[in-house]
Amino acid sequence: MTALEVRRLSVRFGEFRALEEVQFSVPEGAFVAIVGPNGAGKSTLLKAVLGLVPYQGEVLVYGLPAGKADPFWFGYVPQIKTFDRSFPALALELVVTGLRRRWPFRLSPKEKEAALAALAQVGASELAYRPLGRLSGGQLQRVYLARALIRRPRILLLDEPATGVDRVGEEDLYRYLEAYQKASGATVLMITHDWEAAHHATHVLVLNRRVVGFGPPERALSEECLRQAFGHVGHAHGLFVEGGRA
Amino acid sequence: MLEALGYPFFQRALLAGLLVALLSGLASPFVVQRRLSFLGDGLAHAAFAGVALGLFLREEPFWFALPFTFFVALAITWVKERSGLSEDTAIGVFFALSVALGAVFLAKARGYVGDAMGYLFGSLLAVGPSDLLAVGAMVLLGLALLPLWGPLAYATLDRELALADRVPVVFHDYLLSGFLAVSLVLSVKVVGVLLVAAFLVIPGATARLLARTFAQMTLLSLLLALFSTLGGLFLSLLLDWPSGASVVLFQALLFGLALLKTGFSGEK
Repeated sequence: MTALEVRRLSVRFGEFRALEEVQFSVPEGAFVAIVGPNGAGKSTLLKAVLGLVPYQGEVLVYGLPAGKADPFWFGYVPQIKTFDRSFPALALELVVTGLRRRWPFRLSPKEKEAALAALAQVGASELAYRPLGRLSGGQLQRVYLARALIRRPRILLLDEPATGVDRVGEEDLYRYLEAYQKASGATVLMITHDWEAAHHATHVLVLNRRVVGFGPPERALSEECLRQAFGHVGHAHGLFVEGGRA
Repeated sequence: MLEALGYPFFQRALLAGLLVALLSGLASPFVVQRRLSFLGDGLAHAAFAGVALGLFLREEPFWFALPFTFFVALAITWVKERSGLSEDTAIGVFFALSVALGAVFLAKARGYVGDAMGYLFGSLLAVGPSDLLAVGAMVLLGLALLPLWGPLAYATLDRELALADRVPVVFHDYLLSGFLAVSLVLSVKVVGVLLVAAFLVIPGATARLLARTFAQMTLLSLLLALFSTLGGLFLSLLLDWPSGASVVLFQALLFGLALLKTGFSGEK
């Protein structure tokens, strides 16, 4: 079954072309790593899937246009935490918004239990009653991930989920994601600059406003694709070759 | 002092003050967290322009202030959404425009400037039964909008997440602006143009210093607004101070105490 079908997707912001004729198809249960240079339209692509930006072309989620798909199908972890740090809130409350799609005035025991379980799933139980504004970048990522997972989404959209997370935390994060994906059969689209992580995916989408490569990691992360997308292969590519993963 | 409670004018003043406190206490957390303090000032000055137009035309100022302020509130939101300009810039433009229009209308309405002073500083004691009815109706509308507290709070914390969850964030922005505008105009007669913005800011700011969650902040803001109104009105009666100013001074006192508490306890 196809989870996501993107056909001739173009996004423009005024004169700026963020995405041009992007086309690919993601089978259900796939783990897609999206890589590309800065400004390649990676975040815009996720926003188009969520129906957050106007676009031309088609984005079909389980056969439905992006804007008409049930929002509970998506678990979204945005890249930049644009949230108001001065907003008085506990991590637990943010996680519950994943169930309610609005801010909770009071938490029911059932919601509290579900939120605590979601936080435990990402190894963040101790953060439940901490004020959001006092969490570090890595802790916030976990709380946002718990918020995305609590609704048991069919599609997880992760925009650089490892930003601000230390190396050990990063490995944990990928482990949680892999475990969730295997257990739930969900489809995952993850923007990453981590080449190692991309190699763990079932598919890699190399993007630079257009699709440069799409397919299994060994094909999509070929030197030719990367050179086309980035203009050079650079040190990062060398890293995974040295790691014996090429 | 309790004898005052027997006078109809004081009963009306008290009731009007408490109803305005309910409105402002409810809206204040959103004003504070969305950094709309300047919007309160901008709309207050829009109300001033409307009042001045009413005085110029020798009609009831309220009926000019209400649509004018409502229009300015929506215009500010529209300019912000459509132009990419920041909200404070949009407010700054309409703020200046309103003051300029108000000055022109007042200059042409010589002989009525005394009435304008009443609107500038407000007078709880001049509140009539029709004013009470209007504020009461607005409180009912405010209560009807209570189910929007959750979606509004959600978008206040993280607009993008709320949008991704299909919360009609832009529509809610307009609703909030409209609600603030109407509440503000209704409060102007009670508090005055110069002090009305304080009603929208200080209760929420004080509550923010003491609350750990947004729900706590909202409840505290309501309680603080009501308590300040009661305290301020009795202070006004006792010391023969202007009513609106007394309430704002009481609010500021509570804010200072909250600040001291958080300062000493090291809380945020």
